Amino acid sequence: MGMTMTQKILADHAGLDKVSAGQLIKAKLDMVLGNDITTPVAVKEFKKIGVDKVFDVNKIAIVPDHFTPNKDIKSAEQVKFIREFAKEMGIVNFFEIGQMGVEHALLPEKGLVVPGDVVIGADSHTCTYGALGAFSTGIGSTDMAAGMATGEAWFKVPEAMKFVLKGKPGKWVGGKDIILHIIGMIGVDGALYRSMEFTGDGVAHLSMDDRFAMANMAIEAGGKNGIFEVDEKTIEYVKEHSTKTYKVYKADDDAEYVATYEIDLSQVKPTVAFPHLPSNTRTIDNVGNIKIDQVVIGSCTNGRIEDLRVAAEVLKGRKVHEDVRCIIIPATQKIWKQAMNEGLFDIFIDAGAAVSTPTCGPCLGGHMGILAKGERAVATTNRNFVGRMGHPESEIYLAGPAIAAASAVLGRIGSPDEI
Amino acid sequence: MKAQGKAIKYGDNVDTDVIIPARYLNTSDPNELAKHCMEDIDTEFVSKVQKGDIMVAGKNFGCGSSREHAPIAIKASGISCVIAETFARIFYRNAINIGLPIIECPEAAKDISDGDTVSIDFDSGKIVNVSKNKEYMGVPFPEFMQEIIAADGLIGYIKKQLGSKEA
Repeated sequence: MGMTMTQKILADHAGLDKVSAGQLIKAKLDMVLGNDITTPVAVKEFKKIGVDKVFDVNKIAIVPDHFTPNKDIKSAEQVKFIREFAKEMGIVNFFEIGQMGVEHALLPEKGLVVPGDVVIGADSHTCTYGALGAFSTGIGSTDMAAGMATGEAWFKVPEAMKFVLKGKPGKWVGGKDIILHIIGMIGVDGALYRSMEFTGDGVAHLSMDDRFAMANMAIEAGGKNGIFEVDEKTIEYVKEHSTKTYKVYKADDDAEYVATYEIDLSQVKPTVAFPHLPSNTRTIDNVGNIKIDQVVIGSCTNGRIEDLRVAAEVLKGRKVHEDVRCIIIPATQKIWKQAMNEGLFDIFIDAGAAVSTPTCGPCLGGHMGILAKGERAVATTNRNFVGRMGHPESEIYLAGPAIAAASAVLGRIGSPDEI
Repeated sequence: MKAQGKAIKYGDNVDTDVIIPARYLNTSDPNELAKHCMEDIDTEFVSKVQKGDIMVAGKNFGCGSSREHAPIAIKASGISCVIAETFARIFYRNAINIGLPIIECPEAAKDISDGDTVSIDFDSGKIVNVSKNKEYMGVPFPEFMQEIIAADGLIGYIKKQLGSKEA
């Protein structure tokens, strides 16, 4: 029996010729990541271990992106604590305000993750880097502490589900719609403990930004990781962003999958996840008349340049509805500058949208766009749980940037075709 | 090790955002976190929970954010064990790592009612519903996880490992 992409990467990093699903292994880590919420707990745990240095100052990334620019005194103190730790340890990849971006948009852009890597991050959306053909998965603060000390982590080798993508997605359909479609199909625990492996001819029609959005939300199906087969687009992206050595892993022909799904991308419609689960999906033609108060376009899922271009295409020459606040958050400084240079900010500002510095902010109900009781938001973020963006009686509808921008104009959930 | 207490029951897909909302994550102090545990789905939890109580839930408990603050808040609120049909994987890891006892047992998770008195024997995995006079068997931990648990969590385990390397 052969191995999947994930299993091959894990085997190599465990120094084994072969691994199989369910096997417990210890793997070497190429990158250990944390943010301003999870790293403070990790540092406290790290200090209990009793080592005085981290395993590799180049293989740790600390990105204060959640409550930054610091939203209150306690948040400022948390960031100060981890900044001092990074300095003390000589951690190279600490990203201060001004260089910082939303972590999962930032790391690939900085070339810190390449195909074949094993990455753990104290943030559940660490699975994003599967878009690059890396094994990456979310863990907690204590695992981060252990990873920083030893450069290793324990894993149970996952079973895999195979998603064979075919055809070309239609206008206004992006990676977000495809992954919401998949989560709607398999449920929020449909891939629990498993890897989701994306392959097929359709992958060629997906940009890297589409793939990042899809791998990013593997966790919303319970997945341990999501991973794409590496192709020319991946290699082109990696060469443009990184000087690190990479390794391409392909699944064996006789690799075992617990389930295989064929998805015709040409049939996927723009999709919206209704409150309060990402699996509660409806296609845009079935949303009904839902009035909204806020739109957020940004996050580690959809804050990349292509997302902003789609939003600008929809908002160009139009106005945000008078009852709607539209907040646009480019995910990194580089994306911010690119959007500025392409004139996207003129379009956003003229439409009456607000443009923010990079932050996770509203996605997790931190700051920069909290919802009041009874308010509804369309967000390009990744979770619509109870209270996620503010009051426990507020509601979040997840969508891609096209639907989000169109909804901002319409004042209700709708498609660019309606404006 | 044993635990006994009253069951506090929830449904499927209890996510870490409702276990501890992000608006309270500007601190990692366990007692501060415990003050807001579960408040977005159960405003009474904090006032009704008694030391030793057992949280019982359905499928995919602890899904969503990787915040370790979630098992920390549950542990600090006095909960002695979480029984669920299934756990989301990051929560499962985090609970083991910080020493919050958890047991996967679909039968118990379905059958136990809110308010039932439940006792658990962690060595055997046996769960007894004292109120209903019934017994269930939980899924035992793999051996390496038992070693982590025996070392009071991952940090203790790593310390032991590093110590034995030096020796």
